[in-house]
Amino acid sequence: MLKKVLTWAAPITLLGSVLLSTASLAEEKSILVQSTTSTANSGLYDYLLPKFTAETGIKVNVVAVGTGQAIKNAQNGDGDVLLVHAKPAEEKFVAEGWGVERFDVMYNDFIIVGPPSDPAKVAGTRDAVAALKAIAASRSLFASRGDNSGTNKKEIALWKEAGIDPKTGSGDWYRETGSGMGATLNASVGMGAYTLTDRGTWISFKNKSDYRIAVEGDKGLFNQYGVILVNPARHPNVKQAEGQAFIDWILGDQGQSAIASYQLDGQQLFFPNAKK
Amino acid sequence: MQDFSEAFGLAFRLVLSADPDLLEIIALSLKVSLSAVAIACLVGLPIGTAVAMGRFRGRTAVIILLNALMGLPPVVVGLLIYLLLSNAGPLGWMRLLYTPTAMIIAQAVLIAPIVAALSREVVEQLSTEYAEQFRSLSVPPGSAATALLWDARYSLLTVALAGFGRAIAEVGAVIIVGGNIDHLTRVMTTAIALETSKGDLALALGLGIVLITIALSVNAAVMALRLTATRYAYA
Repeated sequence: MLKKVLTWAAPITLLGSVLLSTASLAEEKSILVQSTTSTANSGLYDYLLPKFTAETGIKVNVVAVGTGQAIKNAQNGDGDVLLVHAKPAEEKFVAEGWGVERFDVMYNDFIIVGPPSDPAKVAGTRDAVAALKAIAASRSLFASRGDNSGTNKKEIALWKEAGIDPKTGSGDWYRETGSGMGATLNASVGMGAYTLTDRGTWISFKNKSDYRIAVEGDKGLFNQYGVILVNPARHPNVKQAEGQAFIDWILGDQGQSAIASYQLDGQQLFFPNAKK
Repeated sequence: MQDFSEAFGLAFRLVLSADPDLLEIIALSLKVSLSAVAIACLVGLPIGTAVAMGRFRGRTAVIILLNALMGLPPVVVGLLIYLLLSNAGPLGWMRLLYTPTAMIIAQAVLIAPIVAALSREVVEQLSTEYAEQFRSLSVPPGSAATALLWDARYSLLTVALAGFGRAIAEVGAVIIVGGNIDHLTRVMTTAIALETSKGDLALALGLGIVLITIALSVNAAVMALRLTATRYAYA
């Protein structure tokens, strides 16, 4: 008899616990962050977010897309917080009323990586604009994100500074992949092209082959990340309290020191610079 | 290419280790795609049967449309569902974007035409075979449809498998409406895309081998079911 009861009790308890767990899942606090492939691919969130969740009980769901798409998604109200790296576009986002306020979070820098054969003879130089001029002049292959991402916006600004319209070489020496940073690095390595990448993605990238950093250390290659709460006045569904808690944490001492302590292969990937 | 040998070793170790993260991703993949197949069959089978048995104006046009919709591009379906479910979209109030439910909807939309078009073909062939009998016994259309579906059940199972194959393998739609969120909407295909973009090609390929193994297992399970059923039928 007891055996019979037990055989019945087991599945019922199991079913009950499944139902309970889904119920508690629904009550669990969570926010949605629209962010960039560079921060997600570098592993920063896997390191950072569990610390935040442990302290506050708020789970953070990250959608990692290019900055352009992240901003678009946030404008549609599909996210509570925006964490991207294209300051002019972020300021426009706030000015148009889609976001509440923009804060500096952290920075690293962009670098130009290239093949060891170095056809444009730019390896070891510091001047990014001069390097792009040399790449265009020698018609060396250059892979562009071509996806309106933060890195892509930076690259376009550098070409403009160089006074070159790379689109005239589109499909020839200028290759627009239209994909994320990692996919573009894969393509660059595959076809022997130079490309602009953020240092975080580069350090964590595992398919480097024999590629190396060609240009680094230019002040113009500064890469600033900003965080913005999506405006609840525009999108009432925005989880204001939880989203603000995340922003306060990442700008505060704990978040900032957590960013500074994230290392890969002994190298620091991001440098916190929130204003006190 | 040492990636290949590394990938097979990795795939083997991944499966053996029963890594909880991997199991979660596999479970979600199966849940999403099997649910999508179930919904697609609920919608697609009646449509396919109706078109197969019905005689109405514009029938050929409907058949052409169904056949063409089999080639719906996943990324377009993903975009359409995103625009519908986005907070700024008409169905935004349902709060479904970036949930497994959104992924099920997208895959169901993607494969319902496959189920409808292929089941139309299967049922129509059988119905020509049975037409005379049905007429001589004056079987009402409802019973005829049930009889046809029942007798075609094994072919229709293959139709469902074709839909499942398309669903479990696609990445374009689920990455847009699901967002590839860790522990929430990450499935096998989006995990593979992510590892590829991280440049971890061996792990990506390893996950790919696991995915192919899952598809194989589902197909083998269905085949076993079918064999057992036929054995009972003739016993």
